[in-house]
Amino acid sequence: MKKITIGLASCGLAAGAGRIKEVINKEVQDKKLQINIHETGCIGMCYNEPLVEVFTDSGNWLYGNVTEETAKEIIKHHSEEDSPIKEWLVKTEKIKTKDDTFFIKQLKIASRNCGIIDSTNIDDYIAKDGYKSLDKVLKMTPEDVIDEVKRSAIRGRGGGGFPTGIKWESAVKAAVKKNENPILVCNADEGDPGAFMDRNLLESDPHTILEGMIIGAYAINSSEGYIYIRKEYPLALERISTAIQQAKKKGFLGINILNSGFDFEIKIHRGAGAFVCGESTALMASMTGKVGEPKAKYIHNVESGFKGKPTVLNNVETWANIPVIIEKGADWFAKIGSGDVSENPWNGSSGTKVFSLVGKIKRTGLIEVPMGITLREIVYDIGGGIPKDRKFKAIQTGGPSGGCLPESLLDLTVDFDSLTKAGSMMGSGGMIVMDEKTCMVDVAKYFIHFLKGESCGKCTPCREGLISLDKILDRITKGDGKPDDIELMEDICETMKIASLCELGKSAPNPVLSTIKYFREEYEAHIRDKKCPAGVCKELITYSINEKCTGCTICAKKCPVDAISGKLKEMHFIDPNICIKCGICYEVCKFDAITVE
Amino acid sequence: MEKVDQIIKKWNSDPDFVIEMMQDIQDEFKYIPEEALETITLQTKVPLAHLYHIATFYKSFSLTPRGKYEIQVCTGTACHVKGAPLIIDAFKRELNIEIGETTQDGKFTLEEVRCLGCCSLAPVVMINDDIYGDFTSDKIKTVLKKYDEVAL
Repeated sequence: MKKITIGLASCGLAAGAGRIKEVINKEVQDKKLQINIHETGCIGMCYNEPLVEVFTDSGNWLYGNVTEETAKEIIKHHSEEDSPIKEWLVKTEKIKTKDDTFFIKQLKIASRNCGIIDSTNIDDYIAKDGYKSLDKVLKMTPEDVIDEVKRSAIRGRGGGGFPTGIKWESAVKAAVKKNENPILVCNADEGDPGAFMDRNLLESDPHTILEGMIIGAYAINSSEGYIYIRKEYPLALERISTAIQQAKKKGFLGINILNSGFDFEIKIHRGAGAFVCGESTALMASMTGKVGEPKAKYIHNVESGFKGKPTVLNNVETWANIPVIIEKGADWFAKIGSGDVSENPWNGSSGTKVFSLVGKIKRTGLIEVPMGITLREIVYDIGGGIPKDRKFKAIQTGGPSGGCLPESLLDLTVDFDSLTKAGSMMGSGGMIVMDEKTCMVDVAKYFIHFLKGESCGKCTPCREGLISLDKILDRITKGDGKPDDIELMEDICETMKIASLCELGKSAPNPVLSTIKYFREEYEAHIRDKKCPAGVCKELITYSINEKCTGCTICAKKCPVDAISGKLKEMHFIDPNICIKCGICYEVCKFDAITVE
Repeated sequence: MEKVDQIIKKWNSDPDFVIEMMQDIQDEFKYIPEEALETITLQTKVPLAHLYHIATFYKSFSLTPRGKYEIQVCTGTACHVKGAPLIIDAFKRELNIEIGETTQDGKFTLEEVRCLGCCSLAPVVMINDDIYGDFTSDKIKTVLKKYDEVAL
């Protein structure tokens, strides 16, 4: 045994990896073993956290769902003989595991080092050719760097999909015209619910983001950079701050970078909890100590952004791709993905995209796939399908601005343009899988409610539109929907799309329109029949006990309002007049004896 | 208010960094006392109305004191489809407070949070720095008990 690594990103920690580390440390000390214990980030297999990898002469062995007991067993086994405990393995190059299919269709560029290196140690990053691209770039002209990024055809990973190279070039032009130095910003305000790609990049490989930013700064001749990071990510903030200090010490950042005469500093701004601050103009307002209200974009940020200066704003994942594009070349990158981008970046989507695959799916986690892969491949080949043998119902992409796509569209390819065409969008990369027990009207209400709370309130169509939609959806889910509510909502959505000031308002109707388009019958069931087919909307459902009941009494014991009665080993009953539909009986029943309809 | 002065000094009384100052104050006191806002105004020349706008616009600020333990129920999309609304209802019932309120003994504050970014463990509840994944309503009593023991 040479080395042990433990995944200590937020999800690993939440699954108990901190405790596992203590146990392993103790075991190694007790047994007086001469091995190094390293921390690493997240390899994306969140469903198998906590993850522990053991490096021995015979190979590297990654174990999943490690508990205190199995951790001890793993250490004991490997210290006695150089062979793995096969049934607990989740990844190794030596033998097949049941989890291999999780990786087969993935291609890692931005997240190449996640879960592999120790993100708190810059030498780990350097050992993986880190900062080599920066060194290479400093010997190129800034124009050549921009040309390389342009030819790679990479489009913004934050969701907008604007070609990065063109953005940089425009900022340079504006800067020359105004005789000002441009500002460079990294958008790490990952606000989409159900998305955590950027958090993982920040936690697991912060240096790749910094290297990308420094390369970008050199290309556009910027000396001032900012990272705007959301406050909800304390560990990410800590790791990126550490990385900045380390990069400065090594001369990759600061004054006279690698003796090239080029200076660049990065400062951090913490977000304060406002979804709209992911919008570029709102983000920049927030960076100057103001409330995050967006501006109309007739003047682009590349001309007049932060404090009126030409500003390039790119998302975490976009920056993370830049060092690899420089290292392997634009042609290599442009060949990955969909469409022919050799003439025009808008003709396709090059490279890969990181997605957070969550919700009703067996393998939840972070995946990086080549653009052009189908949703079906993601859900079934990588994600392993739907748990509990339930039926797939929809996949939600694009965060609150995106839409829900039904089973009939599972063969749709994942790229910027095809998702938009289908009424959703790529967004920053959240993918939430829904099964037959998910109510689509409730999902639409959820997003509208979310956006209503996050709308800055500056423009009327967004503010009032969301209030009205929320009200209508609320009454539909309560069984008070009116026959023409669907048409009314479509009408409101149309106005919002045309007349809202920023993208938040313009795209806010997507969750409603896409669910009406693909799941209209579910809306009708709520409005006409006063029924929630998925069994979610409280006012429209009742809980009852079916003949599978064994009389184990657990539901009666757990019911907070004593609505369940029955004798031991006899079928129980729920009094619908007392039942508050809290769902606890459904959760605790081991015999599938609770019916919700 | 000495702490407040120190915090403002840390950010060089720069009006661009009033949000940062307020975040530090929020972390220090668990809310933003009125006097703290007045002190920021005096030292940065940012109008009080502007600071009040910020304090009410961003979700991480509170103008009223918070409980010793802040219960944050994640309402991200993954948590929502996996039953977060039922968990919120159960917390409300158990603590007899609404979202944003604090129990009378000043112990618990109940909050919804947009997304904690631990979607693979949905539904997620965070109490101060402790994260609980795969949460279900019937775990509430046991989990809250842990904080009883800490208090004792």
